[in-house]
Amino acid sequence: MNWITNYVRPRINSIFSRRETPENLWSKCTECGTMLFHRELSDNLNVCTNCGHHMAITPRARFTALFDNGVFTEIKVPEPLADPLKFRDQKRYPDRMKAARAQTAETEAMLVAEGEIGRTPIVAAAQDFSFMGGSMGMYVGNAIIAAAERAVQAKRPLILFSAAGGARMQEGILSLMQMPRTTVAVQMLKEAGLPYIVVLTHPTTGGVTASYAMLGDVQIAEPNALICFAGPRVIEQTIRETLPEGFQRSEYLLDHGMLDRVTHRSQMRDELISIVRMLMGETPPVKGDLPAPEPAPEPEKLEAPAEDAPADETPKEGDSA
Amino acid sequence: MNYLDFEKPLAEIEGKAEELRAMARREEGMDVEDQAKALDKKAADMLRDLYKDLTPWRKCQIARHPDRPHCRDYIERLFTEYTPLAGDRNFADDQSIMGGLARFNDKPVVVIGHEKGHDTKTRIERNFGMARPEGYRKAVRLMDLADRFNLPVISLVDTPGAYPGKGAEERGQSEAIARSTEKCLQIGVPLVAVIIGEGGSGGAVAFATADRLAMLEHSIYSVISPEGCASILWKDAEKMREAAEALRLTAQDLNKLGVCDHIIKEPLGGAQRDKPATIEAVGKAIEGLLADIGTPSREEIVANRRRKFLDLGSKGLAA
Repeated sequence: MNWITNYVRPRINSIFSRRETPENLWSKCTECGTMLFHRELSDNLNVCTNCGHHMAITPRARFTALFDNGVFTEIKVPEPLADPLKFRDQKRYPDRMKAARAQTAETEAMLVAEGEIGRTPIVAAAQDFSFMGGSMGMYVGNAIIAAAERAVQAKRPLILFSAAGGARMQEGILSLMQMPRTTVAVQMLKEAGLPYIVVLTHPTTGGVTASYAMLGDVQIAEPNALICFAGPRVIEQTIRETLPEGFQRSEYLLDHGMLDRVTHRSQMRDELISIVRMLMGETPPVKGDLPAPEPAPEPEKLEAPAEDAPADETPKEGDSA
Repeated sequence: MNYLDFEKPLAEIEGKAEELRAMARREEGMDVEDQAKALDKKAADMLRDLYKDLTPWRKCQIARHPDRPHCRDYIERLFTEYTPLAGDRNFADDQSIMGGLARFNDKPVVVIGHEKGHDTKTRIERNFGMARPEGYRKAVRLMDLADRFNLPVISLVDTPGAYPGKGAEERGQSEAIARSTEKCLQIGVPLVAVIIGEGGSGGAVAFATADRLAMLEHSIYSVISPEGCASILWKDAEKMREAAEALRLTAQDLNKLGVCDHIIKEPLGGAQRDKPATIEAVGKAIEGLLADIGTPSREEIVANRRRKFLDLGSKGLAA
């Protein structure tokens, strides 16, 4: 009996009701190796509190931090043909997509939204490196076109956060064709006289860099982001020499005149507000905390009348009080 | 004559016929013509068989064949008064991209193309057709010139890709390509592009973004080289055959996908077996495509070209 209660039952319980391991609570900084508590890390916008290394941040988390009070409206992106080439390598492309969707809970590698930053209406698009390396396929192309069209329609600036390994090979030539397609989107904005700001984040490479990510009116990068056309490994194999320290990183590009600015993630929002407002000819931004925007109906307000209602229905209780 | 690996049996037969004839020339009175003719026939049959159903990988090999006519050959034969214009006005003149003013059927045009070189010396000079930022900036300058003086642009695409080098990156390879693609979409004059060999990724897009894109029968256009794709997705560069298959990079597949507007037939055995005929066919195609574009207004040209690219992607391939 003792043996069963003390040993067998706990073992069985541990097999059937294994508690979730707290592995998600701590992340290791990929640069300095410091263990960072998830709260602390997300409060710091996924920037290491020890060494300042900028780790990946999902478009949703970025938008929540970017837009006033974290309020934004997603812009619908037209669905492209699924698997146009019937591509298959070691896995089928639809299976890779399914896995990416399950892993990220997103439909594709780019999120487009509109809202206000510092009371300035904008459209924003952000690429999701965790979704198949942020790769640019037809969906990403459609997303950028949708973002540009919405910006032109509403006369808003477009801020784009890039992060991608390049074009999506599984869509073959059609992914390559997103280079001209997204360039047309950028031209729509320019012709409408609207600012197009690119924020390059780690990593932005290949066909993405060689199209919309390099065509901004203002080019800002996050610190130490890899930004290049050909990756360092390919170059080392071609020229057979080791590349200098910091090669193809934000600061290196800034030195070589390829960027306007390198800006820390914590200052990015203020800087974007300031730049966008100047380009749009608006008054200086209001510093400090802004009151919450009015239109968003707060859940509390909705609950308030719900509390009143039963009180009205039961006047006797009220009378007795 | 350079033979590709799958042409080895053909090389043997053609070699034997050649040998027989050489022997007959040395020793008078020896009649080998019958035998040689039989070998010729055998070789011709084999050539037809080999080229009947080419796998995508074999097409890649043919597209890269060193004996194929290159940009320089086309410019020499199809254009008159070719006046090369050099330099990007910033840093250098990139020899891997050639271009300038010329006459096509007596009408002035701007011609731009990748040149790979034809022997070791010229290949090095031309950097194997792999352009640096200077090359794309030269192309931008030439397209601007065409735009200002209302000249059609003809571009000949043949590159393994943009050069992956240290200096190229430092001088903004990606920005240069982006600007060149942007320029393609801005100019208010007709733009016809022909892929004459390899259309390697962004380095090709930079001036293949045209009103009409023609491809030679055995040319390729791809987002990545089959070897590169194989090493990333198969983790094995030797799987290039599978990758070439999966990428759908042949002129025939690209035509079905709506990316390539016109396929130019090559002589049996590929462009390398009959350069003049290939060049002539390309000339005819350019003529046809220019006529096809017609003479819309500058605004219409730009709007149509943008529309063409925005609409791409509605056609898929059956399994």
